[in-house]
Amino acid sequence: MSPELLYLVVGATIWAVGLGGLLLVHHMLRRVIAVNLMGSGVFLVLVALAARSSPPDPVLQALVVTGLVVAISATAFAVRLASARAQHSSGTPEVERPGGDES
Amino acid sequence: MVDLAIGLILVALAIGALLSSTLFGSLTLFFAFGMLMAVAWARLHAPDLALAEAAIGAGLTGALLFNALNKSPPEVIKERLRHPLSVALVCAAILALLVVSLLPSLDQVSPLPPMVGPRMDASGVDYPVTAVLLNFRGWDTLLEIAVLLLALLGVKVLLPTHTPAPQPWSLLLGWSKTLAPVIVVVGGYLLWRGSRGAGGAFQAGALLAAGAVMLRLNHVLPEIRWSQLLLRISVLIGLATFLTVAIATASFGDGWLTYPSAYSKALILAIETTATISIAATLTLLVEGEGDELQS
Repeated sequence: MSPELLYLVVGATIWAVGLGGLLLVHHMLRRVIAVNLMGSGVFLVLVALAARSSPPDPVLQALVVTGLVVAISATAFAVRLASARAQHSSGTPEVERPGGDES
Repeated sequence: MVDLAIGLILVALAIGALLSSTLFGSLTLFFAFGMLMAVAWARLHAPDLALAEAAIGAGLTGALLFNALNKSPPEVIKERLRHPLSVALVCAAILALLVVSLLPSLDQVSPLPPMVGPRMDASGVDYPVTAVLLNFRGWDTLLEIAVLLLALLGVKVLLPTHTPAPQPWSLLLGWSKTLAPVIVVVGGYLLWRGSRGAGGAFQAGALLAAGAVMLRLNHVLPEIRWSQLLLRISVLIGLATFLTVAIATASFGDGWLTYPSAYSKALILAIETTATISIAATLTLLVEGEGDELQS
């Protein structure tokens, strides 16, 4: 089993774990982590695909560098929105509705 | 064997980061995940990406999340997972589809690397990733810096939160003063190195931002204010230089971001240097700008 194949499968798995997390967890910060995990999974797949050829594919690697910066921009904004929301509704932090369905 | 271990630990850390019983534990595991991801990329012959991931993915994202943890309400009720079994089944099915459709692409040969190779001589730099980022696909990088600025503006319009900053720990304070000059030197080296090998504006900018955030957390740096002219210039100069070059090449040259080959090295260096300053300033503000820093 080549490292590229291994990391390709690991990247896809991390993406799926992130998706599952996004569906399951409720706290805002955990959701941000879940989205970040999905992004990391995609990046790992891209880096593994870049390593197919030797020397590695510079186009895919450049795409990941771009992606990293966009990911942290989105994360910073999401985290800031989450804390603004928490501040807005302070006093009633994220309490789950008992027995309710997904809203 | 090493790769298998890294892969398994990565998946375990990812699951742990989502399901850890405390939020603090989640963030710590996510931080560890980012560091290990950097190791995995270094194993896949992408040392410059590993650097960027260690600085941005683990370091700055970690600082951002820990910062937010201070301000977010405590988890009142422990996470109770609804329908975990069905979600796991659906995700496993999607994963199986994904792997089956991804596997054939491992044997395909990408048409892009052969297109990069012959044009390297005219690109102005010797390192293919930098050539792609700043010359062949300069357009993407220009927009990326615009996205960074857009995120900062998004953060800026939200109301500030006021939380008392924790007192710095004396050991951390001493270390940060020792590390800060090293970070500046390494950042400058990475920027310069980017034209020939692993490195570049993003790695350098992220590293400098990490250093600035560390100093800010320890109250060593003076207060940052959006009203300071120097700060605004630092934030905007990258995009401004890039746009100026783009407009100049479009009006006087061969087209949008097609550099004249005699000047391409100088132009790329100018863009990279100013972009490093802007990336460092913007990332610092994104992580640390929750209080009054961004209010004018």
